[in-house]
Amino acid sequence: MSADRVFRLFMGAYVVMFLVYLFLPLLFMAGASVNDSRFPTLLPWNGFTLKWFGDLFNDPMLWQGLGKSLSVGAGVIALSVPLGLAAALLLTELRGKARGLLYGVLVSPILTPGVIIGISTLVFWRQMSVSGGMFLTVLAQSSFIASYCMLMFMARLQRFDRTLEEAALDLGASHLHVVRRIMLPYLMPTILSAVLIAFLQSFENYNTTLFVYGTDRTLPIYLASKVRIGLTPAVNALGVIFIALTIVAAVVYEWRRRAALAVKPGKRAERPEPRTADLRPAAEPA
Amino acid sequence: MKGVLSSVRRRYGGVATSLILVSCGLWALGLVVLPQLMMIDYSFRPSLPPAKQGGPEDIYTLANYAALYGNPLNLAIFLKTIWSSALVTATALVVCYPVAFFLARMAVGRTAGLLFIALVIPYWINEILRTFSWLLILARNGFVNTVLLDLGLTQEPIIFLGTTPAILVGMVYAYVLFMVFPIYNSLESLDPHQIEAARDLGAPWWRIHWRIAIPHAKPGIAVGCIMTFMLAAGTYAIPAILGGPKSRWFTEVIYSQFFEALNWNRGAAYAFILLIMCLGFIALMMRLFRVNLAEVTR
Amino acid sequence: MQFSRKLQVGGRDPALGQGVSLDGVTMRFGDFLAVDDVSIDIAAGEFFSFLGPSGCGKTTILRLISGFVEPTAGRILIGGQDMAGIGPNKRPTALIFQNLALFPLMPVWENVAFGLEARGVAKQERRRRAEQLLELVALDGSGDKRVNELSGGQRQRVAIARALAVEPKVMLLDEPLSALDLKLRQHMRAELRTIQRRTGVTFVYITHDQSEALTMSDRVAVMSQGRIEQIDVPDAIYNAPQTAFVAGFVGEINRFAGHVVAADARHAVVETDVGRLRGVNRQALRPGERASIFIRPERMRADGAANPADENSFEAVLDRVGFEGNVVNLFLRTNAGREIIAQQHNSDDLSGLSSGAWMTLRFAPDSAAVLPAEGRFEAAA
Ligand SMILES: Nc1ncnc2c1ncn2[C@@H]1O[C@H](COP(=O)(O)OP(=O)(O)O)[C@@H](O)[C@H]1O
Ligand SMILES: [Mg+2]
Repeated sequence: MSADRVFRLFMGAYVVMFLVYLFLPLLFMAGASVNDSRFPTLLPWNGFTLKWFGDLFNDPMLWQGLGKSLSVGAGVIALSVPLGLAAALLLTELRGKARGLLYGVLVSPILTPGVIIGISTLVFWRQMSVSGGMFLTVLAQSSFIASYCMLMFMARLQRFDRTLEEAALDLGASHLHVVRRIMLPYLMPTILSAVLIAFLQSFENYNTTLFVYGTDRTLPIYLASKVRIGLTPAVNALGVIFIALTIVAAVVYEWRRRAALAVKPGKRAERPEPRTADLRPAAEPA
Repeated sequence: MKGVLSSVRRRYGGVATSLILVSCGLWALGLVVLPQLMMIDYSFRPSLPPAKQGGPEDIYTLANYAALYGNPLNLAIFLKTIWSSALVTATALVVCYPVAFFLARMAVGRTAGLLFIALVIPYWINEILRTFSWLLILARNGFVNTVLLDLGLTQEPIIFLGTTPAILVGMVYAYVLFMVFPIYNSLESLDPHQIEAARDLGAPWWRIHWRIAIPHAKPGIAVGCIMTFMLAAGTYAIPAILGGPKSRWFTEVIYSQFFEALNWNRGAAYAFILLIMCLGFIALMMRLFRVNLAEVTR
Repeated sequence: MQFSRKLQVGGRDPALGQGVSLDGVTMRFGDFLAVDDVSIDIAAGEFFSFLGPSGCGKTTILRLISGFVEPTAGRILIGGQDMAGIGPNKRPTALIFQNLALFPLMPVWENVAFGLEARGVAKQERRRRAEQLLELVALDGSGDKRVNELSGGQRQRVAIARALAVEPKVMLLDEPLSALDLKLRQHMRAELRTIQRRTGVTFVYITHDQSEALTMSDRVAVMSQGRIEQIDVPDAIYNAPQTAFVAGFVGEINRFAGHVVAADARHAVVETDVGRLRGVNRQALRPGERASIFIRPERMRADGAANPADENSFEAVLDRVGFEGNVVNLFLRTNAGREIIAQQHNSDDLSGLSSGAWMTLRFAPDSAAVLPAEGRFEAAA
């Protein structure tokens, strides 16, 4: 066997081990969620049960948390996608120092620990006598989620053929008409991705939300409190549901991305987007 | 500047331009700059009852910062947070580089696609749930102890929870993927001919990595390290779930200043210290890997 | 591909063109002067071309006329109306972009009807007009295709139909044929010219291809480095260049540098390394000035008879013979090593020529131009 083959084999084995490491804990969680044991554990195995899922559905606090999370998510989408788009439009037009400064300010939330974003929002709004709650949660989350949206839009706009816009204007279209018929259709795939990413980020955010939720407990906040105090396997059941939903979302997303590439055979057309353009460091900054 | 705005106007029309400017201004000022400035302002003021605020005692002071220095326990927690986060970052880098390299340069076709999805899925699962799964593994009657006891490797269950190592294990698990994707992104643009040429010249595999792949992946490594360090130093969830009173994290200290001691000013000072530390780490990485902000956030 | 069939779209009268005037138009990008004090009056219904090397500011002039950029100085008038502050969507122009800029996310017919859509024409009517225009450019039945399913020539015609749909007074075309292959290009030249004649729309056409400019245009403006070198009918551009740049840029030409030794109102004599040569003195040069004399290859007579004592004649040795059928190019070299091209009609006299033969070259003073030497020509040549 050549050294090259040994290296390949070794790397393959390593990656398999890495995947096992990634998924084994999740499988434990899934197993524990259907184990008929009072404690959240896989071993010893006491037989199969679905009662923890039942517990979950009878937990009103959980449903409340879900409701809050969905509302916050909707608010974050409504705020951060337009903000990200506006900033991307402006930044593609700016040059020089002004651009560097604005860009620096607007991406800085991505590089700021989430707890600090929560804290600064809380402190700032106390000056206006606004205390923690859904409103602040939306603002605090949006301040960094909008940055991710902005980066996504900028990547897309970079590949935009500006003469299309000029051609439309030249044919007599109003600015509004150009935006509606040329820009928006072009940006639509990214808008959908941005909506999805913004929602997922908001939905799983904990560290920022922790400081600003007031009494509006989102699902992660409720979940964390449950994990810390009352340990019942119901949490595992919830985890399993989350995992299932995530898998569905990831598969749909990937499928949609591939479908989008397949429709545009891209002869002379644009290069397909790099596959991670929309998924990259996109999870929550602590 | 005026010329720039007129080019925006010309492109999007007056109404849209106003909307764009107003939204960017509100975001930059209302959500980013002013809150940060307010937090910093807070950190330099004493904690006073509302009646005394704005009074003669409400002066700028370094007392809140001195408080950290004067409290050996919190100072130790702060230092531990730094080096632990660095340790998590280094571990994640070592664990992830081969995976990123495999994904970017060795996997092809379906394998690459499936592997990619397999990596994305855990990436999107809630941090709390991912951490919780390790609670099951590390608990007193959890998986690891069950196996160790069954194998007779230990007589008494080992207490993992509440210790710093447990937190570090949880963090590496939670943040590895933030290291994989940036490195993958930069390695993907590496010209495979470069590797082949080096191999043709008889370079052993480690030299290929050391001299070609790793230098090419520098921006990705910088991004991965920055993200991982920032997430580790700034997380509240993981130490709260896997840690205990003896393994407190600096974020927990900050939180308790806000919601237990109700001393927001001191909390703000501690938060600012954490921020400075993260910024310092970012600057260090950008220096070390010679990358700029645009490359980092690309 | 017959545009000539019918050009009245929707039973309307053909739109008549409007004149375009540039008055001292200057355009700076930062420190860079892209268009330098250009003044031109383009008549209504004229086919007017800008000819110049790549980067000389042609596209910038079109963008100024269509309103994408405002001039740094000067005025632009269309149909006598000052266009300052009027956006591109309010000007009676239609631009055909260098890269066509067809909308990739819309089917062909929506591309063609886009201008009508912007004007609020109802969908059915839009579709009907789009079909008519597509028929006009011989693309009937392609309305529902996607743009990237079309060939280069078809895309070109979609762009033309899209521009015609808005019934512009002035049509601006930015090297519209440069992406096509030679045969299609020649065909499209004729078609564009026909469309222009039929519609009476003013055409402002940009090209770096001199034969395109010369064959299609009523008048041509030759540009170099943001400046107009000469505005004239094609015949004059070719036969009576006003500057060294025009002489050198348009067509093949032989050039001899030197200085003026004698001059009158009509002719000037230049002392060159092949002797004294006489040519037309259009720029009123005076003795002592540095100048070059330019002679077209087809105006050079070459024969074996040696009598270099005649005025405007000199000797050169034949390098090689380029046979092109009806004409023959003789490539020669003077004593000083200068290369000369002389183009002759194919005839029996030319048979039996072999390289190495000495020949005498001569030309009529009226077919040569004496023009001031200028640094700019050196840079462009
Ligand atoms: N927006 C712009 N900013 C800076 N320079 C420009 C801009 N547009 C054109 N130029 C410069 O102006 C010169 C003329 O360009 P252009 O009009 O496109 O030339 P042409 O169409 O004749 O090839 C070029 O050197 C080009 O680089
Ligand atoms: Mg051009």
